Amino acid sequence: MEGLKKTPGKSAGGAAEGVKHVRLPFTKEQALALKSGDNVLISGVIYTARDAAHKRLVELVQQGRPLPFDVRDAIIYYVGPAPAAPGRVIGSAGPTTSYRMDAYAPCLLDLGLRGMIGKGKRSAEVVEAMVRNKAVYFGAIGGAGALLARCVKSAEIVAYEDLGAEAIRRLEVEDLPAVVVIDCQGRNLYEEGRRQYLKTLPAADSCL
Amino acid sequence: MRTIKAGAVTEAVKKLCIEANCDLPADVREAIRRCRQDETFPIARSVLEKIEENYLIAAAEGVPICQDTGLACVFLRLGQDVHIEGDLRAAVDEGVREGYREGYLRKSCVADPLRRVNTGDNTPAVIYYDIVPGDGLEITVAPKGFGSENMSQIKMLRPSDGLDGVRDFVLRVAEEAGPNPCPPIVVGVGLGGTFDKAALLAKQALLRPLDVRNADPYYAELEEELLMKINALGIGPQGFGGRTTALAVNIEVLPTHIAGLPCAVNINCHVTRHRTAVL
Repeated sequence: MEGLKKTPGKSAGGAAEGVKHVRLPFTKEQALALKSGDNVLISGVIYTARDAAHKRLVELVQQGRPLPFDVRDAIIYYVGPAPAAPGRVIGSAGPTTSYRMDAYAPCLLDLGLRGMIGKGKRSAEVVEAMVRNKAVYFGAIGGAGALLARCVKSAEIVAYEDLGAEAIRRLEVEDLPAVVVIDCQGRNLYEEGRRQYLKTLPAADSCL
Repeated sequence: MRTIKAGAVTEAVKKLCIEANCDLPADVREAIRRCRQDETFPIARSVLEKIEENYLIAAAEGVPICQDTGLACVFLRLGQDVHIEGDLRAAVDEGVREGYREGYLRKSCVADPLRRVNTGDNTPAVIYYDIVPGDGLEITVAPKGFGSENMSQIKMLRPSDGLDGVRDFVLRVAEEAGPNPCPPIVVGVGLGGTFDKAALLAKQALLRPLDVRNADPYYAELEEELLMKINALGIGPQGFGGRTTALAVNIEVLPTHIAGLPCAVNINCHVTRHRTAVL
């Protein structure tokens, strides 16, 4: 499959399954081939946006005005990076909690946004919009900003410089590690992973 | 009466902001290491390995462990025999301003909760003042990320809710937080006092080393029990499933009213940062 090749490694559940490579543009075909629990490495150009930028993007859509970047087959990374020290491309750059973008995400998904990288739960409305549009929600490791910053090869602000850390940045990333949390079918690792772990326990140890 | 110059406070705060953000305390590192060793679920283990790799990179390269370098929470224990020469509040804010600028830390403070314009320098600090005997000034900088702060809750329980009510509430907060606060988490619990004091106790509980239990055996046992129960939820590192949902539960208590049982739960992520200096 184009843009999607496997290399040996372990899947989320620990089965001997490959790490999948996601390359931008993130096409519908690539999205459909991913399933909840897959470990992926993301390479190519992605865009950052968090709370304040999302508010502005959705306002532009409501006014019928163009967006500062093409969201079709794009991936938005929910991150507000730390400033870059001299000689560095970017500061620490781990994911922020995604539910704060839930009010805005369906609008962007309906415009063709194919992927989101963040951490934490999503609303039923977001999952519905993902299934409807065949999009994927990736989880990156929250609190691993120093590690994740190493995957960023270039960073430039494309909009809303006044927002500082919350400005929209164009990032060129190489092998950014993430896990498919919610896939195009709406399968959810937060539910499934927990269930699978609890199944490994003697019944008395489980709280569910 | 001993005099401490405001400039010395600024210097100390600046240094503490940078160190706290880049260098994870030894007790937190040790807790993560032990959990990684005990973790049997493969994805959970691999997440904990990456978390360890991350704080090692941060310390080696002098970059922040997490991009959310927090609101600057500053705990001051001011000796009653100390005279501060200059403006203490301004000295702390200047230390935060310089530390966040020179350390390339993220400025995450908005001036107003509704109108939301970034102050640009991470000030003002959130300062907690405590007057204590002696002629020293102890400064603790504990940058607080909001992924976990947002998952914190407080409840005014009834005395009749008792121990079961506290257990149920703490477990419910951890369960509802799920993957959002970047588990494995540290759970600070404040019991007693007033509405506001319980919340402060919960935050202070997060400053206690993770390998030190409450001095009262009754609460030490409750800490152990709640940790076991939270880890039986199966949420796991990052919410992907696994044993390690929490690294520790720290409980602090205060006397309270005959009609009340305030219970505050302040959640922290695995980047439980704080650094202390004494002037």
